[in-house]
Order: sequence, then structure tokens, then C-alpha cells
Amino acid sequence: MAENIGKIVGINGNLLTVEFELPVRQNEVAYAILDNLRLKSEVIRIRGRYAELQVFEDTTGLRVGDAVEFTGELLSVELGPGLLAQIYDGLQNPLPALAEECGFFLKRGTYVPALDRSRKWQFTPVVSRGDMVSAGHALGKVPEGIFEHLIMVPFAMAGRYRVAEIRPEGEYTIEEEIAVLEDEKGKRHPVSMVQRWPVKRPVRCYAERLRPTEPLVTKIRIIDTFFPVARGGTYCIPGPFGSGKTVLQHLTSRHADIDIVIVAACGERAGEVVELLREFPELTDPRTGKTLMDRTIIVCNTSSMPVAAREASVYTAVTVAEYYRQMGLDVLLLADSTSRWAQALREVSGRLEEIPGEEAFPAYLESVIAAFYERAGVVRLYDGRTGSVTIGGAVSPAGGNFDEPVTQSTLKVVGAFHGLSRERAEARRYPAIHPLESWSKYAGVADAEQVEYARRFLRRGNEIYQMMKVVGEEGTSVEDFVTYLKAEYLDAVYLQQDAYDEVDGATPAERQKYVFERMIRILKTPMSFKTRDEARRFFQDLVQLTRDWNRTPMDADEFKQIEEKIEKAVAGVTRYV
Amino acid sequence: MYKVYHRIDQIAGNVITLNAPGVSYRELAEVTSPEGTSLAQVIRLEGRRVSLQVFAGSRGVSTDAKVRFLGHPMRTSFSEALLGRIFDGSGRPRDNGPTLEENMIDIGGPSVNPAKRIIPRNMIRTGIPMIDVFNTLVESQKIPVFSVAGEPYNQLLARIALQAEVDVIILGGMGLKYDDYLFFRDTLEEAGALSRTVMFIHTAADPTVECLLVPDVSLAVAEQFALNDKRVLVLLTDMTNFCDSLKEIEITMEQIPSNRGYPGDLYSQLAARYEKAVDFDTAGSITILSVTTMPGDDVTHPIPDNTGYITEGQFYLRNGRIEPFGSLSRLKQLVNKRTREDHRTIMNTMIQLYAGYRETLEKQAMGFRMGAWDRKLLKYGELFERELMDLSVNIPLEQALDTCWKILAECFEPPETGVPTALVEKFWPKTRIEESASGEADRPAGDAQSPAAEEKAEAGKAVAAEASDKETTTGREREAERSRAEDEAAQTGSESSQEKKDTPPESGGH
Ligand SMILES: Nc1ncnc2c1ncn2[C@@H]1O[C@H](COP(=O)(O)OP(=O)(O)OP(=O)(O)O)[C@@H](O)[C@H]1O
Ligand SMILES: [Mg+2]
Repeated sequence: MAENIGKIVGINGNLLTVEFELPVRQNEVAYAILDNLRLKSEVIRIRGRYAELQVFEDTTGLRVGDAVEFTGELLSVELGPGLLAQIYDGLQNPLPALAEECGFFLKRGTYVPALDRSRKWQFTPVVSRGDMVSAGHALGKVPEGIFEHLIMVPFAMAGRYRVAEIRPEGEYTIEEEIAVLEDEKGKRHPVSMVQRWPVKRPVRCYAERLRPTEPLVTKIRIIDTFFPVARGGTYCIPGPFGSGKTVLQHLTSRHADIDIVIVAACGERAGEVVELLREFPELTDPRTGKTLMDRTIIVCNTSSMPVAAREASVYTAVTVAEYYRQMGLDVLLLADSTSRWAQALREVSGRLEEIPGEEAFPAYLESVIAAFYERAGVVRLYDGRTGSVTIGGAVSPAGGNFDEPVTQSTLKVVGAFHGLSRERAEARRYPAIHPLESWSKYAGVADAEQVEYARRFLRRGNEIYQMMKVVGEEGTSVEDFVTYLKAEYLDAVYLQQDAYDEVDGATPAERQKYVFERMIRILKTPMSFKTRDEARRFFQDLVQLTRDWNRTPMDADEFKQIEEKIEKAVAGVTRYV
Repeated sequence: MYKVYHRIDQIAGNVITLNAPGVSYRELAEVTSPEGTSLAQVIRLEGRRVSLQVFAGSRGVSTDAKVRFLGHPMRTSFSEALLGRIFDGSGRPRDNGPTLEENMIDIGGPSVNPAKRIIPRNMIRTGIPMIDVFNTLVESQKIPVFSVAGEPYNQLLARIALQAEVDVIILGGMGLKYDDYLFFRDTLEEAGALSRTVMFIHTAADPTVECLLVPDVSLAVAEQFALNDKRVLVLLTDMTNFCDSLKEIEITMEQIPSNRGYPGDLYSQLAARYEKAVDFDTAGSITILSVTTMPGDDVTHPIPDNTGYITEGQFYLRNGRIEPFGSLSRLKQLVNKRTREDHRTIMNTMIQLYAGYRETLEKQAMGFRMGAWDRKLLKYGELFERELMDLSVNIPLEQALDTCWKILAECFEPPETGVPTALVEKFWPKTRIEESASGEADRPAGDAQSPAAEEKAEAGKAVAAEASDKETTTGREREAERSRAEDEAAQTGSESSQEKKDTPPESGGH
């Protein structure tokens, strides 16, 4: 292959203008050569003899006239066994390996293969010579932690193939040949356990896409009961700074009822990633008994890491998610924050001097966001099993105002909206998901009619509260006041959840159903109080009691005892008609 | 070998453009004109055209000014000799000491590999209850003080710097008023802290864009100290000036602004600096405490907004006090589980009740009648503000927690606070009668008993006053009055409190 070398003619931040002679491809990877460093870049626009490249690294020291090496390959990731429990940067460099090589700091121009080349995997073939296969078909499997990792016909191999050779059971490294496939023309293609896939192209090796219907239990009550997420669905969490987006995502990554979690820390704080990567290896996943890290992959391109790689990071993450989906697994991708990715697009668009849209975001922002969320879904694979990718994205709207391009574009395409409110966060009503403004198009764990009832109750409670602000408490009837207190009660003991309490922090679906029914019963109970203060006092006690209840394991004797106390207390104020 | 150029093609804003081959991106140059010599940095290359940002500004720069490229990006000297010294934004001495040129290090270097960071674990004690109790400052945290101009934010910074147990203090001043600069210098000197301090000071009188270098120089030096196992506290005041300089450059370079004229990369620019805060796994740490003055007291302004999205919380300084609302230390939960078992609960409870107080204040302002609960909250709010929020309060965390319990007990009964029963049993101060009987010997010194007694007396008066205008109230209100009076009585004795606790279920049942 002839080397395709270009020459830098302009530098503006991380944007290079490069003059070239041989053909170049849009989105191909190129390397800017700085002495003995090779700085990874991507072609993002071509005009005449000039290509514009975004460099995934700091460009300090580059000169006009320096060489650029075009590779002809699109920006891709490596897929194969060994991805789980890894911590990657946005370009899929394993960070622990980089640390070993470079120490405390990230060194530009240093790239390490994503997957370990020397590690051996116990391979078991699942096809025989002569079988017919196509892209995505399993050829064999290897155990990867708690999962059976399928070794599949590379997704990029179009057409049908005959298995010409397949290695017997045994230990192989990812680069060793495990099969040879013969195409219709008789051409032989060796296959190993690792394949590459361009990150910006969705993997489409499945029979059909299905509608997401099954709830994905996050163990966060306000989500599962009121604003549920579906397996294979999409949702977003917009909220001003400090309102709890990251905490919510971390809780979800910890407790969600799902096979694999991929955390894409995109342009946010490094410290938050550190919390995950130091804590997850210590925490056990109740589903498997193994550590949480065993089911997690972290892709992080934190805010001080190069901006262009931020954009790549969300694509890297979703591609890895699709890869595991192809094995019939349920994968949850949590991206924090998609706004940083949009900002990366904006920075590049600005340097390209494209005509800006609203708030200087590029005009194509909406379609880029839509295409990203479209990569979620439940699919039926060729062998009849299903797999899913669920995407939850945090959004960080400027000024906390949802009326901005990224939030609005996202709301158009997602299935659930968990809007965080500054007021609730400041009142420490966590999780600060706004109970009246959020919505979900998916079915949840609780009875839909009861949920609707509770929602009406919350709305009514809020109306009374608003009215009370105008007419004062004394202008409010005791009856209305009790309705308001009931709504507050539901908020305090059901919507709010103490993330740091072991029991209250994660409420399984069964418990949610059980408790929610009791809540509805209390809401429906007619109560009589002589005075507002008496009512307030009653509910203060009830909140206290119910919070104690929330902190008690469901199988403990105390659970029943407190429940009886609650019932007794309610019976004491019930108005029997 | 450095070539000198004499022909400047364009001067606009603080950016000059000239033709020069072989220049590297972000390379530094010296621009000499009759006004003097200034550093400048390459910010764009187009063929042979080089755009340079002149740190001292372009005023007086002539088309034949001398431009000498230095062949390297911005650097600064690092050694122990920096301690006790004062420099300007470009690293030139501002005191009478010698220019330092040994061991030059790059500024604005690469970011730390997240895999080499550790979870912060040490609390930094400040003696300020609004910080220690409610928004604990943590070693390696990056946290700004959000404030409007005129607030004593520099005093607050200095106070924390002196109280904090750190090895090195680095002060980065941007657009600092000369008086404030002197204030810092004198305060640190008086406290004997100057010898562990390095200052990079850009004052309001210096060319605006020169302040752009201050965070990078300060943090590069901090990083070196931290790598040498030092715990470093970096103070950056005022980051709003830094952002405004970025904006100025952006406009000159004809970039499309994103939000109220600020550049689209403001977030990344700020993050590149703030993310230097770090706790290394086998070395020291950097903690960043900055000031962001909010234009128009508007937290949604792009500067505080972008800052808030980057930092690990913020302290709101308003009317000379740290506001409980809006203030947030996001790292507090990493340390407050190991301080004292009641810390977290106290923190949440006190804030929730204070929120109630604020609501009641609103109601009061609208002229609504104050019920029993409202009056409890009013009393609570007053005590809270006086004994905890006032910036003159300087007490250790443990004592502050005790004060919190005392305030709670003075105003409420346990169930009204929502404190888990187990903690109530352990920490809720026993009745004050008992307390005074058993003496104050085991209470921390300074625990104000007399104001408490005063409060009690006042409460009693209030009850009496109400009793006198009972005639005017309706039956239902009278009922309310009665229960309120009971409530208030309940505060004075444990027996009635016990009684009250058992009442609700039966009092409402029929
Ligand atoms: N569910 C919760 N329970 C208790 N505290 C919470 C909860 N959610 C958020 N907090 C508090 O709020 C702080 C900020 O939360 P978080 O970091 O998730 O905000 P964010 O929305 O991600 O902000 P940013 O946009 O700046 O990243 C946390 O550090 C914690 O103190
Ligand atoms: Mg966050």
C-alpha cells in the first residue's frame, strides 16, 4: 500500500488544514507527525486539495509544512473478549496501561491496543466445517467473566460464507486464527477473535428490531414507578449543574437490572470516573455475586482531555454496547454528559466556520443526536434470541434552561424524560426528578391506574400548595390541607430516596409494588383532623415512621412491625363514613 | 538562531499578524515596541501568516515592532526558591527578588490520567460551620466562591487559606484590586504564612489579557509541588476576569460566540484549569478555591454557569454570609461519613428546616398569620443564622454539630425534624432542665446557654401575649392555638413532650 502523505498548511486550535495529493476519505484516520510523535486525527471536511482534520490531541508545537499520514481507515474500535471491566479513553486506549507506560500524566501520541494481545482465552467452537454463516453468526464462544462471550463472524463481512476450517476447543489469543471462511467465489478469509468496526456506523446484524416493552428496573422508585425506562429504550436526564445527574447515573449503573453497563463519561469531571473505577471492583453485584466491575466498561474522556476525542467517546461506547447486544445480552449505556459532546461538535463547527444555528451549535445537531439515540433498541438476532441497548443520556443545559438546542433535540427522540429541578435539589429532595414535568412513554412496574391516581394527587397537592402561597394556610380548608399533606407525604417517603442508605438506596420491583400499593391506600383513606396543625403533626410522625420503614430490609421482622404501626396510625385518623 | 521579524501586517484587538515561516503552534514570541517588551503566543497559523496574542495588549505596538520567536511554548521556572516570592502574570518578579530561570517547566501541560487519581478522603477544616458542617471542603476539591462584587470573598479566601492545613499556598490574582493584593500580602505575612506562599499577581492596572496566563502558571507550579508530595492550595481570584479576557480574544479572532458573547469553548477552557485539582495516588494534592463574581448576580450567566458545571460545588457568598441554598460541596459525602455519625443527618435536617424557615419568611412578608409551626420555624431560622451562618463564628466541626442539636432541641420536638429515631436517642439533648441541673461541664466551651434561656423566656411571653387576644379568634383557631400552646409548653419539659408524642393518633380518631 502506497503511503499517503499530506502537508500541514494551517493550524487553528485542534483543527489542521492539510494539503493532499492522493485520494483521502471523509472520516478517515490520519496522523500528524511531530518529531517522533504521531498525533491521531480524523478527516472532517474535504475541500479541493485541502482536507480539514480534527486532532484528538493538543497541537502545540506543530508547524506549517509538517507531514500528515493518512491511513485510509475510518475511526474504529476493536471488538473481542477482554473489553469488560476495562477503562478506556475516548479512542479506546486502556487508561491503566497508559498509566503504566507514561505515569501520572497522559502523554499525547501514545496509543495502546485496546485488547490484550498475549492473554489466552478458552475457545469452544459452536459451528462445524461446512456450516453456512454470515456476519454476526457465532463461530464459537469463550468465557469472559460472568458471560459467555460469542466469537462472531466479523460484522463487516458481507454475504454468506462456508466454514472451511474451525479450530478445536483450546486456548487462543485474540489474534490467532480460529476459523477460515470461504466466500461464494471460493476466496478464503481467516478470522480471529478480534474484529474492528467503524464507530459512527450502527451494527445492523440482526433479524429485526422490536418495540421496547419490558421495564428496565433501576431500583429508583420515582423512575420505575412513575417515569419508567424500557429495555432497549432511550431516556434523558437534563438538569442544571449540581442537580444530581451524575449521582443518578452512578446509582443506575450500580443497581440496574441489566447484564452490562457501559459508562461513557464524556467531558465531565475526572474525579467522578475515579469514584467508579475505585469503587466498582469492591462492590458486589447482587445478581451475580461477582464485582460490579465485572459487568462494567468505562469509556472516559473527561473535560480536560482533548475535546475532539470527546465526540469519539460516545460513539466508542455505543459501538461496544452494540457488540455485546449481538451476543443476546442487555446493555445499558449511560452517557454523561451529551451536552459536552454537542459542545465538542460546536467547537469544531466554529473552527470550520460553518453557518451556526441556535446558540452557535451546528445546524445538523438535531440529526446527529437523533442518529445517536437511534442506536438503542431491542433486536431479535438471527438465532432467535434478543439483545438490547438502552441509552440514558445526561444533558447539561446552559443556565439550567431546558429551552436550548441540546435538550430540545434530545426530547424529540427519547422515550422518557427525567427532568431535574434546581428547586428540588436545593431543598435536598433527592432524586430531584421533577414529578410533574417529567414523562415516560414506557410501562413501569406498578399498576398504571394507580400511578395515574398518584400523579393526579401530586398535581392536586401542588395546586393547593400554590394556592396556599396566595391565600395563606388559614385560607385553605382543612380538607385541602390534608390533601396537600398527603401529596407531600408521598413525595417524602416514596419519590424521595436516600441514595446513601443501603436499603432505601435500591428498591427492587417487588418492594416497589408492595409499598406503592400501601401508599395508594393511604392516599385514598379519608382522614379527619380538627386543625391543620394536628394534621401536620400527624404526617410528620407518619413520614418519620415510613422513612424508618424504608430503611428496613423487607425480610426483617421489623418490616412487618413498622408496617403495622403505620397502619395503626392511619386507622387512628381514618374518617369512617 | 531565533529570527527577528520587523513587519507586522495587522494589529487588531490584542492580536497581531505577521508573515514568518517555520513557527510552531503555541510558540512564544517577544514583541518589542517603544512601549516595552511583551510576551505573545501563536494562536493561529495559516501558511506563513502567524497570529499572535500579545499579553501586554497591542496598545502602542508599531508595525515595525520587533518580534522575536523563542522556539518554545510558555514556561515558568520551578524550584523551592519560588516560596515567599511574588510574580506578575507572566512570571516576572513583582517583588525585589531575582528573576528565576532555572528548571523551566511547561505550563498548561497534559491532564492527569484518571487511572492515577484516587478518591479524595481528607476533610479540610475551615472552622466555618457553613462549610465544615453543611458543605465540607475536601482536599483536592475544586470549588469556587460565587459572589457579587463587593462581598468579602477575598477575606474568606484568605481566612480559609490560613486555617487550612496545607503545605503550600499559591495565590493567582486576576484583575486584583491593588488594595486586595496588599491585603493578601499583609494577611499572609502577619500570619507567618508568606514563606509557604507563592503569588502570581495580575492587578486591575495591568493589561487585561495578561491575566490569561495566571491560572496556568499558578497550576503548573502547584502541580510540581504536588508531585513533590506537597499538599497545595491554589487560590484563584477572580476567574470572571480570566473569562472576560478569553472573550476579548475570541472577538478579536472573529469567532462565533455561543452564549452572550462568550466563546463556545469556555467550558473546555475553564475545565482545563480546574481539572488540575487532583489527589495523586503516590504524591501530594492540589485543591483549588476560586472566586467567580457573578455579573448581575445571575447564576445563569455563562461564567458561573460553565464554572458550576465543572467545579465540585460552589459556595454562595451573599450579604456577607455563605448561603445554605445554592452552596454545595459535592465531595462532602466522601468525608462526612467518617467525621461523626450524626453529621449527615444533621446536615440534611438542618437545611430542610431552614428551607421551611425561608418559606415562612415569605408567608410572613405577604402578611399571612403565623401558625404555631411557622413560629417554630422563625425561631429556628433566627438561631440558625446567628449561631451558624454568621461568618464571625469560628468553631470546630464537632462543636458546630453540637450547636445544631441544641438549636433543634430548642425549637422542635424530634418527630418534627424527621431525624431517624436511633440518632435522636443518642444525640437529642435531654431536656434543658436536666441539662442545667447536670451542669455544663461536659459541653464544649462557648456553647451558648444564655441565649437559649433568653429564647425560652421570649417564647413564654409570646404564649402569654396570644392568650390575651384569644377572644377574637374562632373556635377552630382556638383549637389551633391550644395545640400550639401545648407544643410550646412541650419544649420546656420532657414529660409533656412524651405526652405529646403519644397524642396524635388518638386526638384525631373518632
Ligand atoms: N440522590 C441524591 N442523594 C443525595 N445527594 C445527592 C443526590 N443527587 C445529588 N446529590 C448531591 O448533589 C451533588 C451534585 O450531584 P451531581 O454531581 O450528580 O450533579 P450533576 O447534575 O451531575 O451536576 P453537573 O452537571 O455539574 O455534573 C452531589 O455531589 C450530592 O451531594
Ligand atoms: Mg454531573
